[in-house]
Amino acid sequence: MVDILTYVEVALINSAPGILYISWCFIERQSIVKKERPVNLDLSTIQFPAAAKASILHRISGVVMLVSLAFLIWAFATSLSGPEGFAQVESIMTSFIAKFIGWGILTALGFHLIIGIRHLIMDMGFWEELDSGRTSATASIVISIIVSVLVGVWLW
Amino acid sequence: MVREAGTFGRSGPHDFILLRASAVVMLLYVLFMVGFFASTADVTYANWTGLFSNLWMKVFTLLALTGVLVHGWIGIWQVLTDYVKASGVRAFIQFVFSVGLIIVWLTGLFVLWGV
Repeated sequence: MVDILTYVEVALINSAPGILYISWCFIERQSIVKKERPVNLDLSTIQFPAAAKASILHRISGVVMLVSLAFLIWAFATSLSGPEGFAQVESIMTSFIAKFIGWGILTALGFHLIIGIRHLIMDMGFWEELDSGRTSATASIVISIIVSVLVGVWLW
Repeated sequence: MVREAGTFGRSGPHDFILLRASAVVMLLYVLFMVGFFASTADVTYANWTGLFSNLWMKVFTLLALTGVLVHGWIGIWQVLTDYVKASGVRAFIQFVFSVGLIIVWLTGLFVLWGV
């Protein structure tokens, strides 16, 4: 008897949780079929879809900001503790390393905000189709990069 | 028996709404701070403390910090439940981040109190 293999492609292109955006689900009716499965582990030919890139950037930027809170709350508390504290934070922020860290935090903030706004718009039912989802994801990443450059210009 | 461990809210939908509500509050705060830095050519100790001495700014800042607490708590939970499968390790990391977020919130409160 011929094995019946039902091949269902579930393309959860724009769902938020996880990075498993496209999962291939095999429903086997007769017996375990090990042959004829599409195997593609050539990483140079596999690419995340834009929505997956937006999602993972959203997560990374979120965790980066969470860790950076330790520095931010210190700078906040010190700068408001008195004129000496303010001067201390001010002098630290003139160094290249501090500016670079600040630029990194603000870049993470920009990515998280802009991709987050896309999320909120998607909550209202827009950009849920494949094309609009891809376009909005690409656009949010491009805008975030522009914001990151502008932040760099402002800092230096 | 608890079948689903709630995160910050009591349910998934509650977390969903808390995450978005806190996001909107923080978005407004970021836009305000961008406006402050854009409109203030030279940020000095005087106008920096002047800003945070206003009652409305204390409330706005603490509101944003509450947003950080809620959003960070739920956000790290979402990331950890996806990538850290060992529940003991996950609980420990969640504990560290959650306590850290409460420390940040309390520090913000006492700093604002004294400005």
